[in-house]
Amino acid sequence: MSAPTAAIDAPSPPRPAAYLVCLRGIVWREGLRFLHQRERFVAALVRPLVWLFIFAAGFRSVLGVSIAPPYETYVLYEVYIAPGLVAMVQLFNGMQSSLSMVYDREMGSMRTLLISPFPRWFLLTAKLLAGVAVSLLQVYVFFAIAWFWDVRPPPLGYFAVLPALIISGMMLGALGMLLSSAIKQLENFAGIMNFVIFPMFFASSALYPLWRLAETSPLLHDICAFNPFTYAVELIRFALYGQVNWTALGVVAACTAVFLGAAIRAYDPAKGLIARRGGPGGPGRG
Amino acid sequence: MTATAIPALEIDSLSHAFGARQALDQVTCAIAPSQHCVLLGLNGAGKTTLFSLITRLYDNASGHIRVFGHDVRCQPRPALRHLGVVFQQRTLDLDLSVLQNLIYHGALHGLPAGQAKRRAEEELTRLGLVERAGDKVRKLSGGQMRRVEIARALLHRPRLLLLDEPTAGLDMDSRQAIMDHVQHLCRDQGLAVLWATHLIDEVLPSSQVVVLHLGRVLAQGARDEVIAAAGAGDIREAFLKLTRDSCATVATGEATQA
Repeated sequence: MSAPTAAIDAPSPPRPAAYLVCLRGIVWREGLRFLHQRERFVAALVRPLVWLFIFAAGFRSVLGVSIAPPYETYVLYEVYIAPGLVAMVQLFNGMQSSLSMVYDREMGSMRTLLISPFPRWFLLTAKLLAGVAVSLLQVYVFFAIAWFWDVRPPPLGYFAVLPALIISGMMLGALGMLLSSAIKQLENFAGIMNFVIFPMFFASSALYPLWRLAETSPLLHDICAFNPFTYAVELIRFALYGQVNWTALGVVAACTAVFLGAAIRAYDPAKGLIARRGGPGGPGRG
Repeated sequence: MTATAIPALEIDSLSHAFGARQALDQVTCAIAPSQHCVLLGLNGAGKTTLFSLITRLYDNASGHIRVFGHDVRCQPRPALRHLGVVFQQRTLDLDLSVLQNLIYHGALHGLPAGQAKRRAEEELTRLGLVERAGDKVRKLSGGQMRRVEIARALLHRPRLLLLDEPTAGLDMDSRQAIMDHVQHLCRDQGLAVLWATHLIDEVLPSSQVVVLHLGRVLAQGARDEVIAAAGAGDIREAFLKLTRDSCATVATGEATQA
């Protein structure tokens, strides 16, 4: 069969405005889906609030936190762990988005996303931003409730923290996306809980300052210092007090780039894991 | 070369394997614009694999797939823009309304919400579903969901429609309604259609037929040509004869090797 000499022109290529339409559509759908899953919203809020109301109250007397940047005075333990809990909200959300991607893939709606004529890197990034938008909603509701619990960062902090939340949400979402390309089935989410969420959360500066860890266990301190989640927490913590932690920003930005790059590669039909494994819906469907 | 000489879909020596299992073996076929082509094969024949390769879900390592002359490997984006796809699995968001699903799909193809809504209403009207536009997809019957999926696949005005076992699990009436609708699209709008199925009575008198069995194309051409070439009385007999002969060949080959 001979190759045709000319191809029929496609309709005009997507213009920048069309990219925006596509991005808005993806975010809008994610938002609608989230609103339909009220249990998910409640669960996303209850989790950090339990930590704040119960865990932090219990440990307030045990763990004294001395003055360390960005805090200018002694702070209550609740105040110390609030940024960590915010990062935890985003961590769960990122993993939950990855769960929904596995679900989407099994149910085939990932297919409808991937047959869009927009470039795949753009579709995946848009999907990621949609997840971040949902996490922002959860985070600000958490902030609002925590305010009544005397976790009151300076008012400007609530604005300053927004860019930090976007980038940390991107990092955690990209990690989830990367994992979603490697998970074969929904059931493996329990494994993610055990092997990703818990170690990332506990081996970080979310619950205890790193310098305190160094006194008791240098090894644990080193592990925490290698954990990208620690930097997400610190980025949020400093931003909440109107400061930039440049190291944290650098690490989080670099990790985002690496995770996102790897996830895009994993979803690339030519190179990715999907092609190697036989694709959505399991290998070798007739 | 005039535009009409370019096939809507052209598949050239396409092979694909999952590990040791050869899912597609040197598949070659073509569909002209406004042609209704039935890809006939049993479960496991390689139909879904072929669809996954055409839609770039996975990469074809060998052979070529061209959609209106655009190689899906080198120019995936113009190729995808011409494609409307109805997958075998249901792919609508059950908790979103029919219209929300369609607007989302429109956005994925760069259609602003207003335009997508207008087109969605047009397509739904044609399918007799416009009064269900505000309902959650969960409330629809299987046949209605399928029709919504067809409306969705047509929203960005593709010129080639792929349907992977679109009537699976539907009752006779819904099946007939969908077959009629797609036939009309073909005839009235010049849409090229690739209709994968294992149901022989979905082959229309005017259809082109590609018989796929165990990853290989056993026969292709207009329905009557395929029947005549197989020396059969009707398409059912032709299909059984072709697939049986092919199994016999495979068995003989294995016996010789042993």
